[in-house]
Amino acid sequence: MSAFLKLLFRNRLAAMGAVVLGAILLLVLVTPLLPLPDPNVTDTSQRFLRPFEAAGHLLGTDHLGRDLLARLLYGTRLSLAVGFAAAVIAAFFGSAIGIVAGYFGRRTDNIIMRGVDMLMAFPYILLALAIVAALGPGLLNALIAVAAVNIPFFARNIRGITVGLAAREFVDAAKLSGKGHLRIILTEVLPNVLPVIVIAMSTTVGWMILETAGLSFLGLGSQPPVADLGSMLGEARAALITAPHTSVVPGLMIFLIVMSINLLGDGVRDALDPRLKSGALSRPRSMTRVDRKGPVREAAQKGLLDLQALETQFHVGARVYRAVGGVDLHVKKGECLGIIGESGSGKSVTALSVMGLVASPPGVITAGAVRYDGHDLLSSGYREMRQRRGENVAYIFQDPLATLHPLYKVEDQLAEAIQSHHRVSDGEARERSLELLRAVRIPNPESRLKNYPHEMSGGMRQRVGIAMALANDPDVIIADEPTTALDVTVQAQILALLDDLRRERGLAIVFITHDFGVVAQLCDRVAVMYAGRIVEEGPTKAVLDAPAHPYTKRLIACVPELGGGQRELAAIPGLPPSVDDLPPGCAFAPRCHKARDACAQGEIPLDGTPPRAVRCLYPEEAV
Amino acid sequence: MTVALKVEDLSKTFALKKPLFGAAPPGVRAVRPMSVEVQRGETLGIVGESGCGKSTLARMLVGLLEPSTGRIEIAGKALDNADPAAFGRLIQYVFQDPISSLNPRKTIRQIMEAPLRLLYGMNREARDKRIAEIFDSVNLRHEFLHRYPHEFSGGQAQRIGIARALAAAPEIIVLDEPVSALDVSVQAQVLNLLGRLREEFDLTYLFISHDLAVVEAVSDRVVVLYFGSVVEVGNAKTIFNSPRHPYTRLLAESAPVVGRPLTAPEQKGTELPDPLNPPPGCAFAGRCPKATDICRREDPALRRMGEDQFAACHHPIEA
Repeated sequence: MSAFLKLLFRNRLAAMGAVVLGAILLLVLVTPLLPLPDPNVTDTSQRFLRPFEAAGHLLGTDHLGRDLLARLLYGTRLSLAVGFAAAVIAAFFGSAIGIVAGYFGRRTDNIIMRGVDMLMAFPYILLALAIVAALGPGLLNALIAVAAVNIPFFARNIRGITVGLAAREFVDAAKLSGKGHLRIILTEVLPNVLPVIVIAMSTTVGWMILETAGLSFLGLGSQPPVADLGSMLGEARAALITAPHTSVVPGLMIFLIVMSINLLGDGVRDALDPRLKSGALSRPRSMTRVDRKGPVREAAQKGLLDLQALETQFHVGARVYRAVGGVDLHVKKGECLGIIGESGSGKSVTALSVMGLVASPPGVITAGAVRYDGHDLLSSGYREMRQRRGENVAYIFQDPLATLHPLYKVEDQLAEAIQSHHRVSDGEARERSLELLRAVRIPNPESRLKNYPHEMSGGMRQRVGIAMALANDPDVIIADEPTTALDVTVQAQILALLDDLRRERGLAIVFITHDFGVVAQLCDRVAVMYAGRIVEEGPTKAVLDAPAHPYTKRLIACVPELGGGQRELAAIPGLPPSVDDLPPGCAFAPRCHKARDACAQGEIPLDGTPPRAVRCLYPEEAV
Repeated sequence: MTVALKVEDLSKTFALKKPLFGAAPPGVRAVRPMSVEVQRGETLGIVGESGCGKSTLARMLVGLLEPSTGRIEIAGKALDNADPAAFGRLIQYVFQDPISSLNPRKTIRQIMEAPLRLLYGMNREARDKRIAEIFDSVNLRHEFLHRYPHEFSGGQAQRIGIARALAAAPEIIVLDEPVSALDVSVQAQVLNLLGRLREEFDLTYLFISHDLAVVEAVSDRVVVLYFGSVVEVGNAKTIFNSPRHPYTRLLAESAPVVGRPLTAPEQKGTELPDPLNPPPGCAFAGRCPKATDICRREDPALRRMGEDQFAACHHPIEA
């Protein structure tokens, strides 16, 4: 709650709205205690007094000589009460309808929502007028009309959220716990839609106050002599020119109320919306921010692509997450380097840092260099980086459905990838696209070009993803778990394809995975990552046959292998450390059975005779 | 041995929307009529690739989805009402995504209490005692009860999911890809825990996974599904070493194994048949190297092929 308020008041406009609305609310709450004249007593001899003209009538009087200040405060009281009541009623019924429709779905949903659609087909003011006409004028009836008109808005909003929630697994789990429909709606669904209801209410209260004022203005809401803001305006209309203050005063109040409520409502929405809270909607920079302290040490180029002491951090509030804590890697032409690690070990962030693709904020590259053919990529500007993305180093991602644009045909997406780097005609681009699809062995490439991504299977989509990576003949391909989302039979096909491409084109591949079987089959060398650092490195066969780091050894033992039969599996107790709170010394020490005091002190170097290296004081094998 | 779960001719067809003109299309047959028996105390592994109907089958077994045909018997009693609460005491479900199976706005205690209160009507004292027992069994600390789901790692959340299933004291637990969202080091912890709980509470498991090695490590028997039908059933020790159905062999050969050179057992970009327009005969015929005319004409029935192995194939692989 306090976090919510903090977030809310960081928004200056929302804070201003809250202050204005708070002041107005306070004022109308204490109105009965103030020494004000009766708002409904007429005194025609005192009509149309100007503000500050006569003592006792601070804001002057209206056409019947009634005190404007008193009428304004009592009128505001009434308008606010009606507006809030209408919002609560509309939210209650609208949300109830929306939850029922969304939860039960199918026919219930269809019937209810078509009814709501019909209600929405009428212009709202016409509908409100019709309701008031049927029920007769009066403030209560105006309230009912305004509430009824706003029910569809809530119903549609809440239904959309509920449909998503009803399909979630925790609802199934609740059913299996013996909960009935009513109980599930009240205890499982409702707590999750409540924030949405609050957001919808906060953004519509102002609107409903306006609508009520509109009906009163037309004489259909509050009846004389009782004042609300709308009827005050309506009565003052005749004297708009001769006594403008009688309409300016209530008009100004309506303006203040609606503006403050809307500003506050937007603030509440932003503060409650989890997506806005996480900053996901703030636009990341086109390149990861590089903020290196001091110059980078010169180093000889070992391969085509070298990472040198690369450090990437995430700065979230006061916390610093050291996702990548000094990684040295290199990959040669035609070589396949595997990076293996568990989730959170920093393997993906390492890969994304190469071409400056880590979202900034919150990502910052704080040290190290990425050298491509002798050139430090991190010191290049956006233009140059953009030129090199796809042309020198290309990526293949895990989920091809998320990386391909759903609204464009495969052909257009491939052509765009080609044409953003090379000036070629549309016809030529199409020819090249066709060649690419052939290169990744897609059957019937001509007809596949015309497909949208959703018309293809997962394996075919990943082939298109690979074709896109190949579009500009890159020298290095970084593949981030490209087969994790695929079935095993399809995975085998994709791995074989990558292996062929590497041999045919001399590609350097950096292959990120968590699967030792995949690494063993595809990669020449492997680097094992733990908590943002490389703990072991070497030729794949040597590392898998005789792992030197205790982590590697025990991780391999965890993986069940086909052909082993039913058995107890080796497990590593505990969890990997959080990278915002790394232990001193070896990050694996708290889970390691061989750890001694020295392991928790000081920096442990990555040591060994090339090509092998291990970051351990007491390795399983001497390397 | 007694039969814990018996399924006869269970099938599910999802109806398609009727077009404005013309007759309704026949519908998508997610699960074709299948019969399976599981012995008490046994772990039956169910493997298959995406779209083979394994999750649809699981959801029918726990009563979350109404079968189109067939019957389910648990411990000799037929379950023909689709009331999840009645199912709840006999069969429970552990979900693939541990975090999303826990309501983000409830504390772990509230989540754990629901089955105890609603299925067994326990009072507060009895509930606290039972929750403490279960938490001890699954190695969870008692102070976790006051926390919310987002505060847990995947492995811990999955243990909470298992604890919730245990709270209902069921005979059978359906585990739907329970470790595929977890890291390997944590995966082994959860698999070993499941093995221990099976002994401790005398449970029967249906273990669904796409990972053959995991299924082999935990199962007694394995069912292989393809395109909604059972293509092979056999002992977990032997089914992947000496498969009879070509699809089982394809699966076993596709799994990446350390020390085996990289080969794609299928070079063609083959795909699953179109569920809206299923081919006649064997669904695997289009991908099968041994397919002949009869395969494209007649759907093969499940036949005994050895001591405890069954396969649905016209041209089974010789042992």
